[in-house]
Amino acid sequence: MAIVFQKPSSLTDAPLHYCPGCTHGIVHRLVAQALDELGVEGKTVGVASVGCSVMCYDYFSCDMVQAPHGRAQAVATGLKRARPDNVIFTYQGDGDLAAIGTAETVHAATRGESITVIFINNAIYGMTGGQMAPTSLPGQVTQTTPYGRDTNTAGYPVRVCEMLSTLDGVAFAQRVAVNNVKNVNAARKAIKKAFQNQIDGKGYSIVEVLSTCPTNWGLSPIEAVKWLEDNMVPYYPLGVYKDIEEGVKVK
Amino acid sequence: MSEKVLMKGNEALAEAAIRAGCHHFFGYPITPQTELAAHMSKRMPKIGGTYLQAESEIAAINMVLGASAAGIRAMTSSSSPGISLKGEGISYMAGSDLPALIINVQRGGPGLGGIQPSQADYWQATKATGHGDFQLLVYAPSTVQEMVDLVSDAFDTADKYRMPAMILADGMLGQMMEPVVLPEEGAKKPVEKPWAASGHDGKRTHNIINSLYLTPDKLEELVKERFERYETVKKNEQRVEEYLVDDAELVIVAYGASSRVSRGAVNKAREKGLKVGLIRPISLWPFPVDALRKAAGHVKQMLVVEMSMGQMVDDVKLSIDCRVPVHFYGRTGGMIPAPAEILGEVEKLLK
Repeated sequence: MAIVFQKPSSLTDAPLHYCPGCTHGIVHRLVAQALDELGVEGKTVGVASVGCSVMCYDYFSCDMVQAPHGRAQAVATGLKRARPDNVIFTYQGDGDLAAIGTAETVHAATRGESITVIFINNAIYGMTGGQMAPTSLPGQVTQTTPYGRDTNTAGYPVRVCEMLSTLDGVAFAQRVAVNNVKNVNAARKAIKKAFQNQIDGKGYSIVEVLSTCPTNWGLSPIEAVKWLEDNMVPYYPLGVYKDIEEGVKVK
Repeated sequence: MSEKVLMKGNEALAEAAIRAGCHHFFGYPITPQTELAAHMSKRMPKIGGTYLQAESEIAAINMVLGASAAGIRAMTSSSSPGISLKGEGISYMAGSDLPALIINVQRGGPGLGGIQPSQADYWQATKATGHGDFQLLVYAPSTVQEMVDLVSDAFDTADKYRMPAMILADGMLGQMMEPVVLPEEGAKKPVEKPWAASGHDGKRTHNIINSLYLTPDKLEELVKERFERYETVKKNEQRVEEYLVDDAELVIVAYGASSRVSRGAVNKAREKGLKVGLIRPISLWPFPVDALRKAAGHVKQMLVVEMSMGQMVDDVKLSIDCRVPVHFYGRTGGMIPAPAEILGEVEKLLK
């Protein structure tokens, strides 16, 4: 019988610890698939950030470094400057990338560091149990916004791709989602391109992936997908925000 | 070939690092270490190295973490308030067994404090640079030449034991000029680091640089293993200079800038016929307990001189189990004691 589908070799055999319905698993697969297809696992170093995905150092079979909270892109900068021929990626959540690590994110981007950033936006702090994230939506109920996110006191969500696309150092910024097959396919292409850009020396590439957190959203996996479509996609429109190749500067 | 040149302490630290094989520097501007970063920015592009001015001290130390994880020699430098910010990254590096060099050209504190020389970060360097159970190698030069020599030794020792090292200097040493002999450039061969995250190239399983262990017995085991290594460091790496200690009735214990002033006070005391010596710790961690214990067997008292309100004095007392009285004299806030002040203390104690 012919094998038509199998696990990418850039993933280890370790069982994933993620909750049912969480989309980290899909994104891990897409990253691993890109490394396989580009044949770069052996020269890739991934940076795991603090949050639910911190243990991805056990799941990716390339060399891995675990960074302090928010510092993944500074660590990636050090790795890349030390060994420019290596392929370096960070895998970060919204709290890590857009709250505690905002400075590291903005400055790695504006320096045009030749790295690939995989940004998981699920509008909540997952690992610590569902607190408000920088990307939590207005009115969203979380453990620390029990009456809904009040923009008068808690401010507004950060739209990362829109913000970073204004920086000259950014080569590629695209927002994708993994809520259906069509979008997973688009995400796969975007992630591969973000790695290809690095190999081609194009500069800083970021793919923002709208993801679900059924556990902390208090929804079933199917309800969570619908919540993402009804609430997140309108606030965080999918698409290419910057692509220096295609001449898309700022959407 | 080695060469003799006149250099500022800060520049000498930078050049010594380059000659020790460190071609990656990540920093953030702060007085009084400015010339160090400036020297790096001038030299690194010419040797194909990296000078990167980071967005913060926090980013800079984490770039060092990344570069060290990749298996190469990397360093950062700062002064007191900046070192506080680096504490997080230093803790992670210690927890991930990563070597690197961190330079602290100390200034007065707390808070923004001042920009004049100080030694008020001794506790921070030797006991609480960041959270968790860990130690750094801490070296305290007292001349520009010693700054050069200790940079190379600090890198080597950090690599040997897989732990971060700090050079605890101060604004006086950083800013002063002295003649130095620099080691030959390009003579240092890179150290093999099979644990590094530099791409496995399909030849081994993946290396993971990590400080997270959610199983408490595993974390305890790793910390204990690290502390066993620290015991070896304590046994093998104590460094100290003794000056006129053998017949001394009183020894001054001082490091770095205050040891220079103290040496002047010792010489003046000897001119007056007073039996005074100097013990100068060069490694602050591991603390040179052996030399202090030996001295405690024959001296009648000790005087610790620091440019702080008294921090190393605790370690002196602990080292000798308070076998002889340990006194303290300090100036702080950027004030440097004069030899006459120290001599006055000595005369008071010997009366």
